[in-house]
Amino acid sequence: MDPRRPNRTVSDPKVRQVGFVTPAATTPPPRSVSDALVSSSSAAAASSPPTGTSLSPVMIPPPRHGASDGLPARGTVPLAVPNSGSLLRRDNLQILVGAHDHNETEVVLGTPPMTSPSSRIHDGVSEFSDNASMSPWYGRSDPDKLASSLAGRNSELMMSKSVGAGGGSGGGHTPKSPLTTASVVKTLPGISGTSIFILNNLHLSEKQGGALGIQNDLAEAPMPLKEKTTKAERRALQEAQRAAKAAAKEAGEALIHFLEFYRGGVPANTQQAKSVKPSQKKDAPQVTAPSVSSEKKIVDRPIEKDRKKDVPPPRMQFDDKHKVEKVKRRAMVNQFEAKNRVELFRHLPQYIHGTQLPDLEAKFFQLDAVHPSVYKVGLHYLSGKISGGNARCIAMLLAFKEAINDYSTPPEKAFGRDLTTKISSYISFLIECRPLSISMGNAIKFLKHRIAKLPLAMSESDAKLSLQSDIDRFINEKIEIADKVIVRHAVAKIRDGDVLLTYGLSSVVEMILVYAHELGKDFRVVIVDSRPKLEGQVLLRRLIAKGLNCTYTHINAISYIMHEAKRVFLGAASVLSNGTVYSRVGTACVAMVAKAFNVPVLVCCEAYKFHERVQLDSICFNELGDPDVILKVPGHVASNYLEGCVDNDNLQLLNLNYDATPSDYVSMIITDYGMVSCTLMLFYGYVFPYC
Amino acid sequence: MTRMDFEVVVLAGGASSNLSPLVSQELPKALLPVANRPVLSYVLELLEGSNLKDLIVVVEGEDAAQLVGGWISGAYADRLHVEVAAVPEGVGTAGALRSISSYLTANDVLIVSGDLVTDVPPGAIAATHRRHGAVVTTLLCSSPVSGPSDSGTSGGKEKAKKPVRHNIIGLDPTRQYLLHMATGAEVEKDIRLQKRILQAVGQMEIRADLMDAHLYAFKRTVLQDILDQKDKFQSIRQDILPYLIRTQLSSEVSGNGLVSSESGSNKSAVQDELRWLSQHREIAPSTFQDSQPLSLKSQRDDQRSHKCCVYIANESKYCARLNSIQAFSDINRDVIGEASHLSGYSFSAQNNIIHPSAELGSKTTVGPQCMLAEGSKLGDKCSVKRSVIGRHCRIGSNVKIVNSVVMNHVTIDDGCSIQGSVICSNVQLQERVVLKDCQVGAGYIVTSGSEHKSESLARK
Repeated sequence: MDPRRPNRTVSDPKVRQVGFVTPAATTPPPRSVSDALVSSSSAAAASSPPTGTSLSPVMIPPPRHGASDGLPARGTVPLAVPNSGSLLRRDNLQILVGAHDHNETEVVLGTPPMTSPSSRIHDGVSEFSDNASMSPWYGRSDPDKLASSLAGRNSELMMSKSVGAGGGSGGGHTPKSPLTTASVVKTLPGISGTSIFILNNLHLSEKQGGALGIQNDLAEAPMPLKEKTTKAERRALQEAQRAAKAAAKEAGEALIHFLEFYRGGVPANTQQAKSVKPSQKKDAPQVTAPSVSSEKKIVDRPIEKDRKKDVPPPRMQFDDKHKVEKVKRRAMVNQFEAKNRVELFRHLPQYIHGTQLPDLEAKFFQLDAVHPSVYKVGLHYLSGKISGGNARCIAMLLAFKEAINDYSTPPEKAFGRDLTTKISSYISFLIECRPLSISMGNAIKFLKHRIAKLPLAMSESDAKLSLQSDIDRFINEKIEIADKVIVRHAVAKIRDGDVLLTYGLSSVVEMILVYAHELGKDFRVVIVDSRPKLEGQVLLRRLIAKGLNCTYTHINAISYIMHEAKRVFLGAASVLSNGTVYSRVGTACVAMVAKAFNVPVLVCCEAYKFHERVQLDSICFNELGDPDVILKVPGHVASNYLEGCVDNDNLQLLNLNYDATPSDYVSMIITDYGMVSCTLMLFYGYVFPYC
Repeated sequence: MTRMDFEVVVLAGGASSNLSPLVSQELPKALLPVANRPVLSYVLELLEGSNLKDLIVVVEGEDAAQLVGGWISGAYADRLHVEVAAVPEGVGTAGALRSISSYLTANDVLIVSGDLVTDVPPGAIAATHRRHGAVVTTLLCSSPVSGPSDSGTSGGKEKAKKPVRHNIIGLDPTRQYLLHMATGAEVEKDIRLQKRILQAVGQMEIRADLMDAHLYAFKRTVLQDILDQKDKFQSIRQDILPYLIRTQLSSEVSGNGLVSSESGSNKSAVQDELRWLSQHREIAPSTFQDSQPLSLKSQRDDQRSHKCCVYIANESKYCARLNSIQAFSDINRDVIGEASHLSGYSFSAQNNIIHPSAELGSKTTVGPQCMLAEGSKLGDKCSVKRSVIGRHCRIGSNVKIVNSVVMNHVTIDDGCSIQGSVICSNVQLQERVVLKDCQVGAGYIVTSGSEHKSESLARK
């Protein structure tokens, strides 16, 4: 019964492969990770930049620039000695992925000789991830050896020996017969002192898949590994203890599963990560629809404890009363109930700025945990002084940089861990000020990843310096250089005599227009604006000051003005992996009208803003602005008809900040990696998920 | 690190002349009792409530400093970490700051006047200061109506006629920036405004109903520079603040040299932080634009060399300064009256505070909004209304005390009537004394049967 479930998951492996094959083809960056957890290593693998050969799914090979190789390259720090195991595993992973087509799998078996066998029996598998993440047992240095070391089909004793010998003995075997003996698992309880860990996947070629009986155990065993939090895991264990009957196919599935497992890396049920055993029980009932969940797992599965830290927690549903209560109790800032909430958007954090700012200010000195610079940035978010994805992200990173600079590890705490919690508390403070933008989420992910990857041996001051330079590099390469590259790309699309339409205020679009003007191109700009922010006016004034020829109109005239436009340039808060452009509200409307008029829509978005979320509408995730500002019409004091109606229960005001533009309406996305058609975002979303 | 990178300096003053009969060598201004607690304790507790526990208290005069220091170490030994600094008398607020400025290290300095009685959270000023990145932020509160809510008792009308020292304060339309400031004394008939500032903001709102509460947040580097370079500056209020306001626009003081050096030092302090920001600002200027797109102000904002900001306290907050005898009476009345939450006492059902050890004679009534401290004895048929009576006072029979402050160890004999007066410690009022709107200095003896009105009685 068990093999069936994996079958279902394998039924559409393509989706998973898309994300994986590409990055895997790159040479694995060996990284040193102090407390390397399996997941983080995989994330690292997944996030390694797409380099030349691997770019097949992308039609326009994006030119590489500093951003593409600078940051990840940093990861390739020589490893610290005790971490060779993790390095190795990563290597294995990389190779596995690369070799996936050949359906080769490798088994890595490790034996912790000291552990008591009895405990091993029960949670041998479930403990696996923890052990694997920390144990220096897997002392082998290359996958060949690995495979070969496991090749001995004798007895579990043999294996344990070979493993215990740390690869040296294993090296003697020839890699020809990668069939591995794993009947051990079953006999484990009986044999004292030996236990088998399956570190990596099976090395199992279909051609050689003769020794099925033996392989089976191995084939089964890794499955718990990937689904360790589910009931399936226990089942798998049982299965393993039963007789063997698996086939090479299953091994393949296992591999895929394993890859998914490693792929991981999206916010989701973080509570699963804690201790494996209790969560097993907890989650047992959830495994009713494994085929569905396995699909989701690709995206949604948090893998390890540190995955939880890597990723901002899942968005809170603000219509869930219990959760809201809970958060309120924790909150540093008093949160107030917004009145007259629009039913459809109740699940979003309601806008409470007006009451929040004075409260926050009054508590200035009480907020112990918050670093002054973070606090300042939070105030700026709250007061709207800093807005826009890039500006907010940069401001946040700079504040974190300063906070890291002032940070000193309290006694009896580990630098990385304590700093991570510190940063997390800053982030939750910032979230209270204003919900995070996707760009900020990615930057946070990056920073936490960096912190997690600091070698333990590194001194505190060095670690701080390295983090600060990481932040600088992120800002420089992922934002500033990215912007410059985007400008270069986009300017190529501007020709003399063009009429370019833009909406609102996007920093990168502004740079494009100014740069094109500086190049001497002769074009006209139509700036479409909308209330209540009227950001377009800022752009208008700046462009006029630079001597550009501009037309200014509001979005309600969009269908009138659109026929003049040759091209539409839009900024974006994020581009999601289904190609949806998440941007300032109104963008979708502009794009839609442009589509209707057959005007190409070019969306400019730095790659660090990409997110692998899939969003079909702008309701699930959005941000509510100050509802009162939409009541006010600037310059029309007399026409404030709604004055006094605010308290009326029948009036509900809705001021959305973002909307989602379906990829159909977007002709091209200009990123720092090149110009891509929107439909390819599916691939891109997997290629650049992290920074 | 100091909390939120702020340091706190409390300027407790010395023997202030305009409180002349009340303060003395033995009783510096900071220790004047307000509802039987030294006025300084209100500031200290306000700061303590905001988690600001490392304070520098500057006192004028060695003796006063010793008294204040002694009191603080007694009262706040385990709660606050206070350094008391003595400065010579008569140096002014700026001088006092100058003498301690070398000890300041934090990014910003919060300067609180020791005679402030308020419940405005200092964090609010500090946060505003931070948010704007201002050079100076001052707390403005609605100026107290002098002698308010006297509600029928004598002198209400007269007091209202007294010339109120207006502050003329110019604000920008958003009420965030301080553009002009002048005290009522300086204002005769005309107000001089700077054309350049007016041009820059386009519109200025001039308010006379606001009072400078003498709670400032300064950027430390700027403050130190000014103190160093302008050694004639005596007072924060009259010299430093106007100077900063005047020089808000760098272009105006191009020949001065000071401002440029200020901004230079500012920059070096925060340069690291701003390097990326500014770099990005160059390539994407609009992301850093202020939120008001078309107002003239934001256009000119870039030209500001520094910002002088204000925090305007909410109307509902209490805020008063003990800088005159009138203010002393007012504050005493308010603290046990409408702003009773400041006093820190719990009020009885009759809305007054009578210490359990106080003794009341028969038919003696103590009205609401009164306070009777420990060990005081009242004889028969006394009437106390809206007054504060200190410790160990002995009050005879048939005494009327209305709207007054009686400090400690005062002896009041039978048949006295006291209205709207302040009676300092160890005063003896002999029989049938009638006082109205008087101040009686410490240790004075008012002979029996004498009547005084609006006089200041003190030992020569």
